[in-house]
This record gives sequence, structure tokens and C-alpha cells, in this order.
Amino acid sequence: MNMTVAQSAAVSSARPTQPAGAKCQMPHVPENANEKISVRNLKFYYGDTLALKGISLPLYERKVTAFIGPSGCGKSTLLRILNRMYDLYPGQRADGEVLLDGENILSPKQDKNLLRSRVGMVFQKPTPFPMTIYDNIAFGVRLYEKLSKAEMDERVESSLRRAALWNEVKDKLHASGQSLSGGQQQRLCIARTVAIKPEVILLDEPCSALDPISTAKIEELIDELKAEYTIAIVTHNMQQAARCSEYTAFMYLGELVEFDETSRIFTTPSDQRTQDYITGRFG
Amino acid sequence: MSNANPFYGRRKSRSNLMMGLCMAASLFGLAWLVLILAALIWNGFSGLSLDVFTQNTPPPGSAGGLLNAIIGSLIMTVLGVLIGTPIGILAGTYMAEYGAHGKLSLVVRFINDILLSAPSIVIGLFVYEVMVVRMGHFSGFAGAVALSIIVIPVVVRTTEDMLNLVPNQLREAASALGMPRHLVIRRIAYRAARAGMVTGVLLAIARVSGETAPLLFTALNNQFGGANLNGPMASLPVVIFQFALSPYKDWQQLAWTGALIITLSVLTLSILARVIASRSRQ
Repeated sequence: MNMTVAQSAAVSSARPTQPAGAKCQMPHVPENANEKISVRNLKFYYGDTLALKGISLPLYERKVTAFIGPSGCGKSTLLRILNRMYDLYPGQRADGEVLLDGENILSPKQDKNLLRSRVGMVFQKPTPFPMTIYDNIAFGVRLYEKLSKAEMDERVESSLRRAALWNEVKDKLHASGQSLSGGQQQRLCIARTVAIKPEVILLDEPCSALDPISTAKIEELIDELKAEYTIAIVTHNMQQAARCSEYTAFMYLGELVEFDETSRIFTTPSDQRTQDYITGRFG
Repeated sequence: MSNANPFYGRRKSRSNLMMGLCMAASLFGLAWLVLILAALIWNGFSGLSLDVFTQNTPPPGSAGGLLNAIIGSLIMTVLGVLIGTPIGILAGTYMAEYGAHGKLSLVVRFINDILLSAPSIVIGLFVYEVMVVRMGHFSGFAGAVALSIIVIPVVVRTTEDMLNLVPNQLREAASALGMPRHLVIRRIAYRAARAGMVTGVLLAIARVSGETAPLLFTALNNQFGGANLNGPMASLPVVIFQFALSPYKDWQQLAWTGALIITLSVLTLSILARVIASRSRQ
């Protein structure tokens, strides 16, 4: 059974005394971890359809929170509220509160572009811009900072290093970003997001279009990035959630069924539906 | 073959018949094209000389070239494209990026399609009424405006179509970096759709450079050349029209040569458009 792998990974990573082999090692849970984002009684509408039915949960600072659940349960919808991506489309509306460092980002006064510079997002499908690898990264940086050529070179290099892509592209920085492989393109998108120094990174099924090797690279990356960023990841891959996250939210039909430490969700979930989902009985 | 299923045999012969008909139709269509090109080259090539590009159209019986017509055509085409392209791109951008499902877009799209297939003589008459009559004289500027009205619907259509081909994820990804809408359109969507949009403009130029009717009513003609936009202006199609109908042998020869020049330019533009389009697809 697949779950035994995930369970054992989660269990072993829950024990700080035994870190060997566990990729996303689970630190002991801080008693009062700082809530970077607090979602409070959040409802979301696509036109007249209620897609999120009043959700409340925290995203802890410098922790990885995974969102799991069957397709259509509202995980991506929730993620797209956190940077107000939904605002691009008329007819989509959010109700409730989402506090980022205590300030409600759903307020009409919130500057969306400023918000998106603080809350970056990486999408399911790699989306390199139709420009060079270098410009793919420099482009976003130029929106916020005026850097000299040397500083920009430095920023591009450090971002690519962070995304574990530097060694593969350092000799072709001026080739088109679209000439890279799928996995490289996705890491380029992560580099691009990291380059503008956000505080939160949202990952919407970042590995679903990638092969296992690229997936492993991105999971390693997530593990490194969480030292500096608050990360939310939507995934259909339960082993991935178990490997990479400290907290897991299980959503079903627009509701939050359970939110807890990942190790507990995957070993002793308190809700029967969670239990059924993680053991593959439905979803 | 002798023991073949009779149904199969019949089906196969029917398929062959169909293919034969299709090939015959293609050959029939192509044959005229080849004949036209051959006639142009046969009759026009001998008239090609340096004089054609350095001297103005002559009175009957004396030597001359097509300089004024070529310059007039270039000026009016360039001006028409300069006026029409920005309007076309902005309108296409509105429909694809801002008002995709709005009522205004539906109306504009419908009218644009009508304009796209409107006979160019109607456009010529319209500009005649609106500009030539009011100004009291024919002018190169009126000719350029008439051409721009032909350019606009072509560019609107290609711009909208090409922007619609840009995946929405790309726009979302750009917005997710905090990029304002106008930058997402100008720096990301335009860049992704660039090849297609350039192709559209090239095709519009090709379309416009052979137009006679709209110029006949607006720019008319001018034997003496000059680049005065406020006066009548010569153009290749109108000169060809006038010279080809004349009884003078040397005028008819110049008409053939002019027709060859236009055809070759349009051919070059079309090939260029193809090359750009195919290169971007890679």
C-alpha cells in the first residue's frame, strides 16, 4: 500500500532525534507559532455558486502548509484568494477576512500589485515569459527596484541558485526561457518568484506537470525555501504533502474538514472523511 | 485484385475519383495564377529599366518611368498603415483583453467583420464625400485615409485573434508578480503575440498596395510627382488602370511593368509574413 510509505515518512520526520533519510524534516511544533496569514470565516463565490463555505485556518510563518482534497474541493480557489488572483475575473467574490500580518487583504483599499509582490505564486503549468532566461527574472525585479547592471546580475544569479537552476543555465542566460525543459521552466518560475523577495509563496500543484526527477528537485527546493518563506502548497500527491509540509489542511466540497500537523493528519486523523481520503477510499 | 471484396473495390474507385476531382480543381485554380504571373513577367519584365524608377510618368509618345506613381504609392501606403495600425491594434486589444465578453466588443466585432468585407470602392466613395468634397480637391492625404480604413479591420481581426491565442496562464503569472494590467498586455501578451500581429500588418500592407478604387476617388493621379499630401497624388494601381486602358503602346508597356512591380512586392510581403509566422511557431 502506498500510504505506508507516506505514513512512515511522516512519522519518522516527526521525530527530531531521527532526521536521517527524512527529506522534509519536521521540527517540533512551536507552542505559539506566528500566524503569517489568518483566514477567518472565508466564503467565496463564483457568480452565484458558493465555492468556499466559511473557512478559517492559519498559515504559520516559515512553515509549509499543504492543502489536500479531491478535485473541485476549493484548494486552488483558496490559494488564489491569498494573492487576490481571483480579482482578474469579474463575477468572483470573496467574503470574510484574510489577515496578512494582521491586515485584511480583502479590503478594497488593499493595493493588489503590492500584495502580489509580498505573496508570490507558482502555477501548475510552467509559465516562462516569452523572453530570455535573464529577463524572465529581471523583469519582475525591475517593477520594484532600480538596480545597477552588476546588482541585477547578482540578483539573477542568486535567484537561479536558490531555485537550483543556476548550474544548468549559467551559460545560456540569454537563451529563451521557453527553450528549457518543463522541470527547468518550473524552477525558472520559482526563481522569478523568489527574485522579488516575497514573504509568502503559494504553490498551486507545482509538480503535477513534471517527471519524478524534477519533482524531487522541487521538493528539495521547498525544503530549503521554508527557512525564509511561508509556503502554501496545493497538491494531489499525498506522499508529497506528507514529505514536504509541517501542516496539512484537508478540504472537501468547499469546507475545511481538518487542519492539523501533517504527522497527525497522516497517522491519526480525527475525521472519518480525512481517514478515507488519505487511505484512498475516495477522492 | 481479382478476388477483392466488391464493396472495397467500389469504395476505392470512388476515393480515386474524389481525389482526381480535387486535384483537377486545384490545378485549374493554380493554372490561372501561373498564367497571370507568366503574362506579367513576359510583358512587364522587358520594360524594367532604371528609367522606370527614376523618371516620372511621361506624356504619350515620350520616354518616362513610374517614379511618381511608386513614390505616391509608398507615401500613401506607409501613411495609411501608420494611421490604421495603431487604431487597429488598440481596438483589437480592447476586444481581446478588456471587453472580451462585453456588449461593445460584440458590436465592434460585428461591424469590423462587415468592414473587412466591404467593397473598397464604397470606402473610396465615403472618403470622397467626407474629405475630398469638403476640402474641394483630391489629395494624397485623403488617399491615405481611405487606405487606412482598409487596414484597420484587417489589423483589428489579427490582433484580437493573436491575443486570444496567448494562454491565460501567462497573464496570470505576470499578474502574480504584481505587474499592472497595462504592463501585462504590453510587455507579456504583445510579446507572445508579436509574430502574429506583425504578420497581420504585413498582410494589410499587401492588401492595400493593390487597391485602385479607393484611390481613384481620393488621391486621383498626378503626372508630375511630388510629395505634396495636400494635392492629388499618383499611385501605381491608378496609373496602371489609366495607362492600361489608353491606346498608347508605351503607356501600356509601363502599365505591365507597374503591375509586375506591385505583384512582386505583394509576393515578397506575403512570403515574409509566412516566414515570420512559421519561425514564431517553432
